[in-house]
This record gives sequence, structure tokens and C-alpha cells, in this order.
Amino acid sequence: MSLNNTIVSVQNLTFSRGNRKIFDDISLDIQQGKVTAIMGPSGTGKTTLLKIIGGQLSPASGSVFVNGQNVHQLSRKNLYTLRKRMGMLFQSGALLTDMNVYDNVAFPLREHTDLNESMIRTLVLMKLQAVGLRGARELMPNELSGGMARRIALARAIALDPMMIMYDEPFTGQDPISMAALVQLIKTLNTTLNLTSIIVSHDVKDTAAIADYIYIISHGKIVGHGSPEEIENSKSEWVQQFMHGKADGPVHFHYPAPTYIDDLLAFDKN
Amino acid sequence: MIDLLTQLGKKTRYSFAKLGRSSFFLQQLLMGITDVLVRPQLLSKQLYSVGVLSFFLITISGLFVGMVLGLQGYYILSNFGADEALGVMVATSLVRELGPVVAALLFAGRAGSALTAEIGLMKATEQLSGMEMMAIDPIKRIVTPRFLAGFISLPLLTALFSSVGVLGGHLIGVSLLGVDEGSYWSQMQASLDVYDDILNGVIKSIVFGFVISWIALFEGYDAIPTSEGVSCATTRTVVNSAFAILGLDFILTALMFGDI
Ligand SMILES: Nc1ncnc2c1ncn2[C@@H]1O[C@H](COP(=O)(O)OP(=O)(O)OP(=O)(O)O)[C@@H](O)[C@H]1O
Ligand SMILES: [Mg+2]
Repeated sequence: MSLNNTIVSVQNLTFSRGNRKIFDDISLDIQQGKVTAIMGPSGTGKTTLLKIIGGQLSPASGSVFVNGQNVHQLSRKNLYTLRKRMGMLFQSGALLTDMNVYDNVAFPLREHTDLNESMIRTLVLMKLQAVGLRGARELMPNELSGGMARRIALARAIALDPMMIMYDEPFTGQDPISMAALVQLIKTLNTTLNLTSIIVSHDVKDTAAIADYIYIISHGKIVGHGSPEEIENSKSEWVQQFMHGKADGPVHFHYPAPTYIDDLLAFDKN
Repeated sequence: MIDLLTQLGKKTRYSFAKLGRSSFFLQQLLMGITDVLVRPQLLSKQLYSVGVLSFFLITISGLFVGMVLGLQGYYILSNFGADEALGVMVATSLVRELGPVVAALLFAGRAGSALTAEIGLMKATEQLSGMEMMAIDPIKRIVTPRFLAGFISLPLLTALFSSVGVLGGHLIGVSLLGVDEGSYWSQMQASLDVYDDILNGVIKSIVFGFVISWIALFEGYDAIPTSEGVSCATTRTVVNSAFAILGLDFILTALMFGDI
């Protein structure tokens, strides 16, 4: 395999929710062993994109290849085999609420491997140590804060040593210290295990600091992509607005709607 | 008028779509049975929460239903001087009808609603999605063990309900109202038929267990993943189970006891 290998390839993807086109014919490639960031305003479909890549949602047209396999044409069995090698960190954490932190992290190991309890214990403690929550292993999910839950979910996502991890907003709800530790962790996983990371985030600064490549999505299109430097120096108004957090510009803060005045007056007209 | 027809059409289409989804769901769920048999510990945990936790409710209800039957039966039968037949009356009505039906209704309210809420909330909090992304089939891992637990528990709970009911009838009829103890038991033993009465009752409870578990789990799995969606789904489980139980009871009774 050459170094610059594409691990995820999204080709001419179109996806709609009701009448709204979330993605309109987008294509993007994600390199193996790199940290790729996907950014964009809230509600543009970043989470949706991850779910499409993971095969949980099917596109209206277009295809997604992961490791050379067309995700949406795999049999159920092959899709599951592929998913064992893709970790996903949900925005909400998605921990199983009927078991404690330890069992949550052990869950994929117990389901998918024949390891004995002492090996599982070692692995679980290693993963928990990596996210700094080894001491929290007896807690139940309802006893965790949002940021802690997300870190446990990360420990669970790396339990099976996947080839790639999709992080949905990993930095939300982290204090500066755990934030720095997480950034460090993602970087380490990437360099030591040659893991591919896809990070969805709004957090322009921190994400740009660890990303090798950035895609910016807005209004169903990719409005900019490139290395962090290229993005930083991009001439595109869209990219500039997003990267520098300007309220005015081509990207609207508002969800598509009739004009404000019309909406306010609509009641009287009826 | 057109509006009404459109509405009706929409409703019908929706119902058929739902029927289709639920059949597909059932098929998936049944395919998971072999996996559960390989890992019986998945089942034992569910047997506890679905079955054992319904124990108390079923026992108390069975006792009271039996006591009421004893009381009412005594008043009617003693008018005809036939109060020794009290045992037969109590046992037959329990084993044939009241046991399977009342236990099933209680079970739907106690365990069915809990199953729907649990699965629905797991869906709402993305636990099911999360499992899928970990390459674990939530139907096999979560749904099938609960289905089997419901399917196994209800017949046992029904047997418990009927037995306790017979004791309740005894308590009122024999201990309180003075029906002859010997005839309470001996007439019951003489008249109750293993096939006609007991087996048919068991078949009913098996059918009910199947249907309630299916409805409850499907409603949870199909729920709109919000608090309101889950609460509506829970209500639908109880209502639809009640309709299914009563409707099926009529059909089964007609098939079993009618000379059609
Ligand atoms: N189940 C659903 N049914 C209908 N529309 C949906 C559903 N889920 C999401 N959407 C719509 O799809 C769009 C994209 O949602 P998505 O969750 O992917 O956004 P996002 O980019 O991850 O946003 P955020 O950064 O706020 O998490 C949203 O505008 C939302 O309205
Ligand atoms: Mg999102």
C-alpha cells in the first residue's frame, strides 16, 4: 500500500430528508492514517454524513467506499465485519445505560472476541487510562457528566483497535485540560497506530490544529477543502466566514425560512 | 368527502406499512433465537425482569379473582343447591378463560409497557444505533432475549394465576362459606379435562405471550425517538395488546370449544 491511500471515498453523494436536500452531489476522499476534519455550520448534515459512511443511512444516489468496499451494497454480514473495523463516537455518547463504565468499554470485546476476563480487564483499563477515567469505572452512565460520557464512549470506540474512527463533536463539553488531553490522544492514536480519524467539529481552532486535511460543508455542498494552511488562506468568502466566525456572509445563521417580516405578518393575513 | 377518503386511504396505507415492518421485525427477531440459545445468560437476566418481577402482581390478582369467583359462584350455585360444584366452576372458568385472559392483560400492562419504554428509550438515546455501529445486531442482542423471556414467562405466570385463583376460591367457598372441602376438590378433579381445559388454556397463554411480546417490542423499536414518541408507543402497546388478547381469545375459544 502506498502512503497516500484513500480509505473512505464518497462519490457524487445525494441525500435528502423530506423535501430538503442535505447533500447535493458531493464527493470527498479521506486518506488513510490522516486526521481529516469535516466542518460546517450546525444542521448541515455532518452527523448525517458519518451515518451514511457507517452504512446506517442509505443515500438517494452516489456511493461510499470504505476500504475499497461499497458500503451500501454489502451484505449485512459483510457490513458488520467492516463495522468492527470502524469506530464511531456518537455526539451523545450512546453508552448503554444498564451497565457501568467498565462493562460498557468491555462490551464490544465480550461480544466480538473470545478473550478471557483477565485480558479484557487489562484492555479495558488501558483504554480507560488513555481517556483519563480509569477511576470512574464503577460509575453508571447516569452518574457521568456529558464530557465524561463522551470520553468513555471514545474508550469504547477504540476498544477493538479499529482502522478508523469517526468522532462526532468530540470536543464539546470538555474543559481546557481534558480538551488538550483529547487532542493529544487523537494525535497519538493516529501516529502510533496509524489510525485514520474523521473529526466532525465546529471547533475551528482546535480542530485545525490536529487536522491534516479539512472539508467545509455548507448548504449541501463542499464549499472549501485543503490543508489547514490552505483553508486559512483561502480566498473563498464561505471559508473565510466560517473560519473567522463572522455572523454575516454567504452562510446564513438561520434555517431556511420565509422572510422574517412575511413570517411575522403571516398570522394577520390569514 | 374526498378529504375523508384521502384520510382513510392514508390511514390504511400507514397501517399496511406498519404491518409490513412488524412482520419483517418478527422475522429478524426469530432468526436471533439460535444466538440466544448459545448464550443462555442473556435470557436469564430478561426472564428475571420480565417474568419474576411480574410474580407479585400475578399472584395477588389471581388470589382476588379466585376469591370473587368463589363468592359469586357460591351465591348462584347455592340457589340451586349445587354448591359442591363450586370447585368445578372456579377451576373451569379460571383455566379456560379468566386465567389466560386476565394474566395476559396484566402482563401487557406490567411487562409489555416496560419493554416498549425500555426499547424506545434505547432508540431515543442512540444506544441501538451505537450498537449497530459496533457491529452488534440490536435485534439479536436486545430484542430476541426479551421476546423469548415474554414468550416463556406468560404461560408460567398464567399457570400460577389459575392455581392461586383456585386456592382463592377455596379460601372463600370452603373456609368461609362452608362448602364441603372433599367435593370442592373431587368434583374439580373429575370434571376438568387435561386436553379440553388445561391444554387449551395453555395454548391460549402461549399465543398471548407471543403476541404481547411481539407488539411490545415492535412498538418500542418503531417508536419515534423522542419522549413523546416513546410515551405514545407505550400506550399503543397496552391498547393493542388488549385488543389482540380479547380478539384472539374469542377466535381461539370458538376454534377450541365451538362445534363449528
Ligand atoms: N431523523 C430526521 N428526520 C428528518 N430530518 C432530520 C433527521 N435527522 C436530521 N435531520 C435534518 O438533517 C439535517 C442535518 O442534521 P445533522 O444532525 O446531520 O446535522 P449536523 O451537521 O450534525 O449538525 P450539528 O452540528 O448541530 O450536530 C438537519 O437540518 C436536520 O433538520
Ligand atoms: Mg451533529
